[in-house]
Amino acid sequence: MLQFFQSFPLDLLLIQTVNGIVSGLILALVASGLTLIFGIMDVVNFAHGELFMLGAYLGVVVLATTGSFWLALIVATLIVAILGAAMQIVTLRPLIGRDPLNTILVTFGISLILQNFALWEFGPVARKLPEPITSYFTLFYLQYPWYRIVIAGLSAAIIGGFWLFLKYSKFGVWIRATTQDRVMAQAMGIPVPWVYTGVFAIGAAMAAASGVLFGPLGSINHTMGLDWVLKAFIVVVVGGMGNLGGSIAAAIFVSLLESYAAIWLDPSRAVIVSFVVLILTLLFRPTGLFVPTPK
Amino acid sequence: MSAVADISSEPLVRVEGLHTYYGKSHILHGVSLEVAPGEVVGLLGRNGVGKSTTLKSIMGLVRPSHGQILLEGAAITGLAPHRLARLGIGYVPEDRRIFRLLTVMENLRTGLDRAGVGDERKQKLLDKAFTYFPRLAERRNQAGGTLSGGEQQMLAIARAMMLEPKIILLDEPTEGLMPRMVSQIREIIDVLHNEGVAILLVEQNVPLTLQASQRVYIMEKGSVRHHCAASDLKVDDPVIKQYLGV
Amino acid sequence: MTTAPFHKAMPLGKGKLSHTAVYWIGFCAVMAVLIVAPLVLPIFWAKFLTEILIWGLLAMSSDLLIGYTGMISFGHSAFFGLGMYGAAGALLQTHPPNLWLAILAGLGGAAGAALFVAYFSTRLRDIYFAITTLIFSQIFYVIIFTWTAVTGGENGLIFTRPHFSIPFLVDMRFNVLTMHWFVLALVAGSYLLLRRITRSPFGMVLQSIRENEARTRAIGYPVERYKIVAVMLSGLFAGLAGVLYAVQNEFAAPDFVFFVTSGDTVIFNVIGGIGTLVGPIVGAGFFQLLRELMSRVFGEQFPYLIPLGFIFIAIIIFLPQGLLGFARRWLNR
Repeated sequence: MLQFFQSFPLDLLLIQTVNGIVSGLILALVASGLTLIFGIMDVVNFAHGELFMLGAYLGVVVLATTGSFWLALIVATLIVAILGAAMQIVTLRPLIGRDPLNTILVTFGISLILQNFALWEFGPVARKLPEPITSYFTLFYLQYPWYRIVIAGLSAAIIGGFWLFLKYSKFGVWIRATTQDRVMAQAMGIPVPWVYTGVFAIGAAMAAASGVLFGPLGSINHTMGLDWVLKAFIVVVVGGMGNLGGSIAAAIFVSLLESYAAIWLDPSRAVIVSFVVLILTLLFRPTGLFVPTPK
Repeated sequence: MSAVADISSEPLVRVEGLHTYYGKSHILHGVSLEVAPGEVVGLLGRNGVGKSTTLKSIMGLVRPSHGQILLEGAAITGLAPHRLARLGIGYVPEDRRIFRLLTVMENLRTGLDRAGVGDERKQKLLDKAFTYFPRLAERRNQAGGTLSGGEQQMLAIARAMMLEPKIILLDEPTEGLMPRMVSQIREIIDVLHNEGVAILLVEQNVPLTLQASQRVYIMEKGSVRHHCAASDLKVDDPVIKQYLGV
Repeated sequence: MTTAPFHKAMPLGKGKLSHTAVYWIGFCAVMAVLIVAPLVLPIFWAKFLTEILIWGLLAMSSDLLIGYTGMISFGHSAFFGLGMYGAAGALLQTHPPNLWLAILAGLGGAAGAALFVAYFSTRLRDIYFAITTLIFSQIFYVIIFTWTAVTGGENGLIFTRPHFSIPFLVDMRFNVLTMHWFVLALVAGSYLLLRRITRSPFGMVLQSIRENEARTRAIGYPVERYKIVAVMLSGLFAGLAGVLYAVQNEFAAPDFVFFVTSGDTVIFNVIGGIGTLVGPIVGAGFFQLLRELMSRVFGEQFPYLIPLGFIFIAIIIFLPQGLLGFARRWLNR
């Protein structure tokens, strides 16, 4: 009996739990942006992963020029937010009123452009974003890096900040009013086309911030967007489409499961976990695992 | 039309020869009417003659295929609804359509949060809303969807008032309300009139309309068929029977 | 993405050819060109043309879903890839490698994938369907990529091209010309078959689903069953394209099961014009030609997908019917 407990990787489990929560919070930030855009504008932003990727690359560039991780985070987020707004105005506004499937196609086209632009501009060799904080602390008898905790904290802070913004600020009220009744929102003087642009910019900003925050955790290359957008889509479906709280819960849930799976499987197979979760969700609770009551 | 407009008689809102389609259905067949500043004008007619569509056209929610709409002499046809709201047109639709998941306060805020309105003015407007609608003050932090039908109607009107509009388009405000509330609506229309806000009132309730309005238009099959001062008509007038009788 | 109601063939005008006659004359003309082309083109371009036909078949299979049933699929890479691997498997197992077995195996593999995708995906509408097909195709990719023992993993499978053999009648190797004609025959046959299907009562129901799914269901059609059949058919033809690709190029690689293939397919469809069946083939040709041209003019490293991406977006916004969209009604009569 004792032998079993001795061989059971308890410490590994704990480390992976923390890891799972850390990457789960980053995924939650990415998925929140996606859910926001879908829930409010009915747009499936296929290019969301590429916005994440661009954020990471811009982070690398800004960090290289200024030496500050925090500046990199802010600048990259701002630039991508503006890019997102431009994207929405040029390619998505003309599609308002048309079949929403067109938005998938158009954002898919944009993802192609952004991906190849990154390849062209930054080359095929993966980049690395150095950690902002290099100190460690002891978790049980292992050293765990502080920066991962900081990143998790920042992701949570951004999500929380956004939630507050949505609830209490003027623009937040505008967003919520527009979501509930687009026509009456306009009749109340709310400039709905600009609300949409703003929402898209915020979603893009969230993706970019996640990219920068993820930077130190892995390698940055031009194809990383697809992996992340796939995971984000899974999270959004599992969490219940358009349900912000659900996405966050689902993100952490899926990430935890994957982290645990990584103890026994190698990483390229650990992704199967998220696929299995999706399939099970679709089979038994298609409206979402974390939706209060299935309709 | 005279070359120089007589400013004192320039209507606030003028609709000229409006034709509107829903898909292939020709709903409005050349509607023309006008509302003077501060005037209460009634729009009567059976169900489906195009009264609501006329209001929606003025609010920019439906694009007319022909005709124009003028606000204080300037053409506003085709402008986006949110611009019209900012220019001074308030809209209270049939079935109220308040934001159900927003609180009463937040509903009012959607009209209050405008550029160029200082905090003081906002507070005065809020106070005014709560004075006229004390029930809303009591429920200010409740979600709009939890209010009763009558309270929601009050909220819809109060919300439009927050825009400080020059004209309010009221679409069947007494529909589905108890008689007690109907007289409340009547009072509110009077209050608004006294403040100088014009009202274009679409209603099925003939007595209310005749009492509250200065002039009335009667529509049938997508165009205006009769137009006179409200005082010229009695409830049992043959004209009323002709266009509104069953 | 709606189309005009189906029109019956117009009655014969005085001295004018009927629609049917014009159509078949056009068809024969195009076929003649495609048959003769490899005889006059240099080998590179002949093979290029053959590949366009194969991609065209893949895109055409996708058109059945996008253009006629109104379901956007990002999962065709799975059908294509499984067709490819299925054929590869058969070609590696049998000695001598048998062409017909390969086709059967490929179609079987694609059908299996299609059934899987269809079952889940038809429970979801529109956008959710599109996303789920994407996720499922990636599932297949991961399986193929990591199951190295069976699929050769990263390196894929290499095999020899089978002979074109009919027992007791013929047994010959393929050369560039005969390969092309074989592919052309299968692609043309598929086109005619798909055309027959889209114009049949079954096809009419599919189009009705595209126009208004709720109403179709209200009338009493078992919409889910129709969708499943549509996905199966689409998967089968996509699988056939995979088989042809494998036979022509003598390898199977996981890259083709990757999302990019699905993405390309959708691009061919949109550029060429959905709901036309031939449009996607034209779209495939347009895309490949442009790519070839750009790499020749600007060099191999030129990110040709950037200008192509812009063209793609521009077509969605300004020319949503695609290049051949103007002919859509005519082609479907």
